[in-house]
Amino acid sequence: MLSDTERRELEDAVKHYPDTRGATIDALLTIQRRRGWISDDSLLEIAQFLGMTVEDVDSIATFYNLIFRKPVGRHVAFMCDSISCWIKGCEQVQAQIKKLYDVDLGQTTSDGRLTVLPIACLGQCERAPAMMIDQDVYGDVTPEQIEQIVEKYK
Amino acid sequence: MERPLTQHILHSDGSTRTLREYVKDGGYRCLKRLAAGLAPKDVQRLVTEAGLRGRGGGGFPTGAKWSFVPMGPDAPKPKYIVANGDEMEPGTFKDRVLMEGDPHGLVEGMILAGYAIDAEIGYIFLRGEYHLSAQRLNHAIAEAYAEGYLGKPLPGTGFQFNLHLHASAGRYICGEETALINALEGKRAVPRAKPPFPQTVGLWGQPTIVQNVETLYNIPHLINHGADWYHRLSRTQDGGTKIYGISGRVTNPGWWELPLGITARELLERYAGGMANGARFRGLLPGGISTAFMTEEHLDLPMDFSSIPPEVGRLGTATMIVLDDHTCPVGFVLNLEKFFARESCGWCTPCREGLPWVAKLLTSFEEGRATTGDLSLLEMHTKWLAPGHTFCGLAPGAMAPLQSALKYYRDDFEQHISLGRCPWSKKSAQQRILV
Ligand SMILES: Cc1cc2nc3c(=O)[nH]c(=O)nc-3n(C[C@H](O)[C@H](O)[C@H](O)COP(=O)(O)O)c2cc1C
Ligand code: SF4
Ligand code: FES
Repeated sequence: MLSDTERRELEDAVKHYPDTRGATIDALLTIQRRRGWISDDSLLEIAQFLGMTVEDVDSIATFYNLIFRKPVGRHVAFMCDSISCWIKGCEQVQAQIKKLYDVDLGQTTSDGRLTVLPIACLGQCERAPAMMIDQDVYGDVTPEQIEQIVEKYK
Repeated sequence: MERPLTQHILHSDGSTRTLREYVKDGGYRCLKRLAAGLAPKDVQRLVTEAGLRGRGGGGFPTGAKWSFVPMGPDAPKPKYIVANGDEMEPGTFKDRVLMEGDPHGLVEGMILAGYAIDAEIGYIFLRGEYHLSAQRLNHAIAEAYAEGYLGKPLPGTGFQFNLHLHASAGRYICGEETALINALEGKRAVPRAKPPFPQTVGLWGQPTIVQNVETLYNIPHLINHGADWYHRLSRTQDGGTKIYGISGRVTNPGWWELPLGITARELLERYAGGMANGARFRGLLPGGISTAFMTEEHLDLPMDFSSIPPEVGRLGTATMIVLDDHTCPVGFVLNLEKFFARESCGWCTPCREGLPWVAKLLTSFEEGRATTGDLSLLEMHTKWLAPGHTFCGLAPGAMAPLQSALKYYRDDFEQHISLGRCPWSKKSAQQRILV
């Protein structure tokens, strides 16, 4: 069930659109912020709140790569794999993550600490290669720095 | 050299400008001039005379776009103005620089654009990854409400504007203006058929203007200083400055606000400090990855919306990506096509099926399995996915770098076939990152 805080947040989001379904993304992001991901139950609660069918909300949820329909780790590392980062060696950075934490793209470490995902250009191309952990952006990343960066996220 | 958009943004410390600083430097001053008799049609006329062209990649004249919006007492209400801050075109980071460094500039640009088309509601559509921009814009919007720039009638005009920041959740296609409109309405972000154009039937069926973030930043300045001043900023017939950027293996990757019409050579040599040591220039994509390669022979062309011959290419977002001799051109294009294949919205068949096919073909080159037949298959795709065959511009955009790479780097493609491997592979990949 939606908590009182969640309900208040959703009620606030809906105010910004002439039609409640305009708040679908806000609702998905809000619930995900609180619960980590969007489970089938969460989907149902959002659908009921917005007066939409579950299928309708799911068709939105599954369209967007920043909405997680599966559980993720406590932290998510988004590895830019677009062109400027590729030129500057993002593949080597990613290989280092795999070496140190034994995760491929799309996987979560066995202790549930970190999920690693590919991401399109983060708009940090002048500091390529770039990555983002949760909401923190890192630029000019070298494989050698990976351990030091990731260790901040327990 | 004047830099109206960024003169107060510091390269170094990543700080932002407060409302107080913004106002001290003349910010929100225009709003007073509206009361002094600057009608919506006057703002529209100024924007047209200034020769402002859209900075989102297409370069469409902004005044002409606004002229399609129904005006007057019988016009549908409400109308909407939307800032396109999706900025997911790889290699592009200019809108972020503006939104992080000077968030009030966007708020003021939105109010003025709203006023010009009599749209009382605005949305900033921001890509989900731009958390710092979101935080700073939300703060600026709250300040503008508190000061009465938003949410209250502007003194002497009767015009009242409301503005909301919409944070998105990924997917490149959301930047396409009709997909963006669907996204804002809470629908799957697939593009809409045009006509009708958003200017008449847009968000929730109402007249809507979708405008790139950088375009909107220009508006307060050109109103403050006039169309002649705005033309003088530029070296060519397109008005104003442009935020140019360079990434890739150059000495000093970064961004600079410069007169429209500067050449790629000046940017590369004077601003980016030339190629990084050991690397040799082979070409560049002038503005994001949906533009065609330009090579040595094009470096002295003015980089604006009017001077680049269509058969050469187009400016796009003006944030350049440099290809150097340590980088395999086939691998480069493969990276682009994988992006496009992943980001296709899947709505129309040539794009949904064609882009993964192109990516597979390019992979076979990289893995040394390609044949001469595969070269012609690639050529054919550039025709099958050309403008007119797909629902939106994503697929034709994807073909621009491929088609030009097949022209300029054909030897490299052929070498992959004759050697049966990528000449840059493995050992050289290691050396690559050392440069
Ligand atoms: C696939 C695709 C992605 C796009 N992404 C963006 C974007 O992120 N930002 C943007 O301003 N325009 C983007 N555009 C262009 C928009 O459709 C639209 O033309 C632009 O926002 C108009 O603003 P302007 O006239 O100020 O340039 C994209 C177009 C396509 C086809
Ligand atoms: S061209 Fe691609 S992105 Fe555009 S509508 Fe068709 S499938 Fe979607
Ligand atoms: S290509 Fe990685 S941040 Fe732009």
